Amino acid sequence: MKQLPASIWTLTVGIVVTLIAFWAGGHNGLFPEQASAQAPLVDNFFNLMFMIAVALFLLVAGTIIFFMIQFRQRPGDEGDGVPLEGDFALEAYWTLIPAVIVIVLGIYSVEVFTEMGGFAPGGGGGNHLFMSHHSHHKMKTQLVSDTDAPDASMTEEFNAEYGFGGTDQADVTVTVTGMQYAWIFNYPEQNVTAGELHIPVDKTVQLNIKAADVIHSFWVPQFRLKQDAIPGHNTELRFTATKVGDYPVVCAELCGGYHGAMRTRVYVHTQTEYDQWLAENQFAQNPDLSGAVAVHAEE
Amino acid sequence: MAQAQLPVSSELPQASGHHPTAWKWYDYFTFNVDHKLIGIQYLVFSFVFYLVGGLMAVVMRTELYTPDADVIDPNLYNALLTNHGTIMIFGWIVPAAIGGFGNFLVPLMIGARDMAFPRLNALAFWMLPPAGLLLVGSFFFGGAQAGWTSYPPLSLITANTAQSMWCLSIILAGTSSILGSVNFVVTMVKMRVPSMAWDQMPLFCWAMMATSVLALLSTPVLAIGLTLLFFDINFGTSFFKPDAGGNVIIYQHLFWFYSHPAVYLMILPIFGIMSEVIPVHARKPIFGYKAIVGSSMVICLIGLFVWVHHMFTSGTPPWMRMFFTVSTLIVAVPTGVKIFSWTATLWGGKIRYTSAMLFAIGLLIMFVVGGLSGVTLGTAPVDIHMHDTYYVVAHFHYVLFGGSVFGLYAGIYHWFPKMTGKMLNEPLGKVHFLLTLIGANITFLPMHVLGTQGMPRRVAMYDPQFTHINQICTIGAFVLAFSVIPFLVNVVWSWGWGEKASGNPWRALTLEWTTASPPIIENWHRLPVLTQGPYDYGFNGHEEAEITSSHF
Repeated sequence: MKQLPASIWTLTVGIVVTLIAFWAGGHNGLFPEQASAQAPLVDNFFNLMFMIAVALFLLVAGTIIFFMIQFRQRPGDEGDGVPLEGDFALEAYWTLIPAVIVIVLGIYSVEVFTEMGGFAPGGGGGNHLFMSHHSHHKMKTQLVSDTDAPDASMTEEFNAEYGFGGTDQADVTVTVTGMQYAWIFNYPEQNVTAGELHIPVDKTVQLNIKAADVIHSFWVPQFRLKQDAIPGHNTELRFTATKVGDYPVVCAELCGGYHGAMRTRVYVHTQTEYDQWLAENQFAQNPDLSGAVAVHAEE
Repeated sequence: MAQAQLPVSSELPQASGHHPTAWKWYDYFTFNVDHKLIGIQYLVFSFVFYLVGGLMAVVMRTELYTPDADVIDPNLYNALLTNHGTIMIFGWIVPAAIGGFGNFLVPLMIGARDMAFPRLNALAFWMLPPAGLLLVGSFFFGGAQAGWTSYPPLSLITANTAQSMWCLSIILAGTSSILGSVNFVVTMVKMRVPSMAWDQMPLFCWAMMATSVLALLSTPVLAIGLTLLFFDINFGTSFFKPDAGGNVIIYQHLFWFYSHPAVYLMILPIFGIMSEVIPVHARKPIFGYKAIVGSSMVICLIGLFVWVHHMFTSGTPPWMRMFFTVSTLIVAVPTGVKIFSWTATLWGGKIRYTSAMLFAIGLLIMFVVGGLSGVTLGTAPVDIHMHDTYYVVAHFHYVLFGGSVFGLYAGIYHWFPKMTGKMLNEPLGKVHFLLTLIGANITFLPMHVLGTQGMPRRVAMYDPQFTHINQICTIGAFVLAFSVIPFLVNVVWSWGWGEKASGNPWRALTLEWTTASPPIIENWHRLPVLTQGPYDYGFNGHEEAEITSSHF
């Protein structure tokens, strides 16, 4: 091949591949709608990787197919190809380029992870590293609560070891218990228990997750968040729902025969609707509580 | 090490009249110590299990044609998914790639008469049939239902007898793999023909070296985990029982410390097969021999430091999530080096469109898809959404079906003439290739979408919104099941009545092609002497290897 056509070819292929990759990165439509503050972070990160992946796939697969056609054996030609064993510069390039790509992705990944709250599990400031005096106290209470009260319902007593947390107080705290084959949601401050999760929109929600029997995994695809419920370990998940509506809650960890049927829904309400739901359930579940009536009356 | 001294005498110890020149059919069912026969035993055994595991997959995909669990009982579904995964890994890919190709090829490629420890070799193989029987037999006790990962506490409370059988089966298979690995390392270190330097050793052998080292380092850890699990189930210990002070996370660490490297145990020998098949059929020296050797070793090393990426959503502190994100991403670099090297090998070649080559190219393209989706899964933020979904199922089927099964097929088409002395039928091979490629993509490509949209894996019933995509996958699975038929017909017919193969039908340069097809019992009458590198295609005066055995 002559020099000029080759460079034009390279340029054209480069432009086409770049255009397709950019388009694919923005229009892959792989994800369901974004309903949490964390979702766009994950999606943008994925789309960047998807863009790079599409470009790399087109280049590699395209090169392979081009070589397969260009360098096919011609009829009657039983000879060998070019005796070329290596090229140090070329090998250095294709070691360096992927290395740079993965380092960039690695750094970006840490940033997304930090923004999602991944570096702060430990529940409302209970991080072992930063707040050791708090966690000592909490560990003690946790031991007590583990043995005495299986439904450790008070927020302060829940010391999560793993998950996505935050250092400040969450607006809503819900204790989530996974069991074969249901999710139980308990609102400790209001003493309300439900089979679906109800939360207000645009508020930080903290889920304190426990497992009653085997490992389950709490997953809301529209929130892009997942956390295992592990027997013997407390975990947590902190997020902010950004869109009113209802979304599936799925168990993602094999938990027995009816694992596939362990599904419920999360309802994201406006604050008013949420307060109303809470009050009604509080009243329905604890009809003799005067406090419940008071909350209802305040509206 | 008396056996390791074998290559010193280059003449066959006894006159060949003492030895039979070919095997009888019943030899394949005996405790025979010949490495080639053991290799074929491994291959046939594992292929039978491939069919068994494939049948399980077809039943599961049939169940998933509709959203409800209306074909089989959900507990049976879980038993099927557990055993499908276990059989495909421990009964098919690992024994076929390491046991089958490794045993048949390593001594032939390095100019040895047999493995260093022939009896140990046979012992390692004969541990597998009981392991397989334990797995299949567990169905009579309900079948292990906790997935191939068998996380406690689920594995402690469901189907105890079946779960115990599952544990024993994997421990047996693991022991077999440890024995095999010791044998490979010693064979390659001590028994190379004297004229072969390390940098003239074929790349398949280097891949087997990396595989064996990895197996030796990681398999004992799995054995520990499963032994403790077995004790918990049967002897009242509580290593993993959370309500009695046990820790379920420890099991996951022990399990994945082996089972992530297991991915490389499956893929490294296949990489080796690729590095043999592509140069021969492209008539080109392999591009970047040293880079390929180095990348195998680097994959082996980094492979030991990435296991926690399977646990991003379970018990993983933040620093671990980040450390293992980065180490996981780094694996992409040596893997990329291999892909680029194979691609560059094609440049300037004279590519033969043989079935072996087609499967090798099919593998390259499938594996690129699996590798790229692997990068997305390797990062903690994205993995937290995708973990335990069909996206993961899609990813590892692209890697393990596209990347391993295609490679095994490429290897079979390439070495079948050497193993049996008969050529496989090429047109039938091409039909097989097309059906496999189409079937695999129809089955596994849509699964990416299922996963990102919100369908978890390991479910017998799912949200009806996923029905259509699941139906496409199921149809693909039927095509895939059907694709085995031309292959089976081809192998059976060609083995019996196929065209006779010469000693070196592909005009390859590695040593296994310097003996007869099939090779005689101690491989050569007179050990071959290396006169050229394994991939010196196109260099003047270096034509295909001579058949030295016929010159005896």
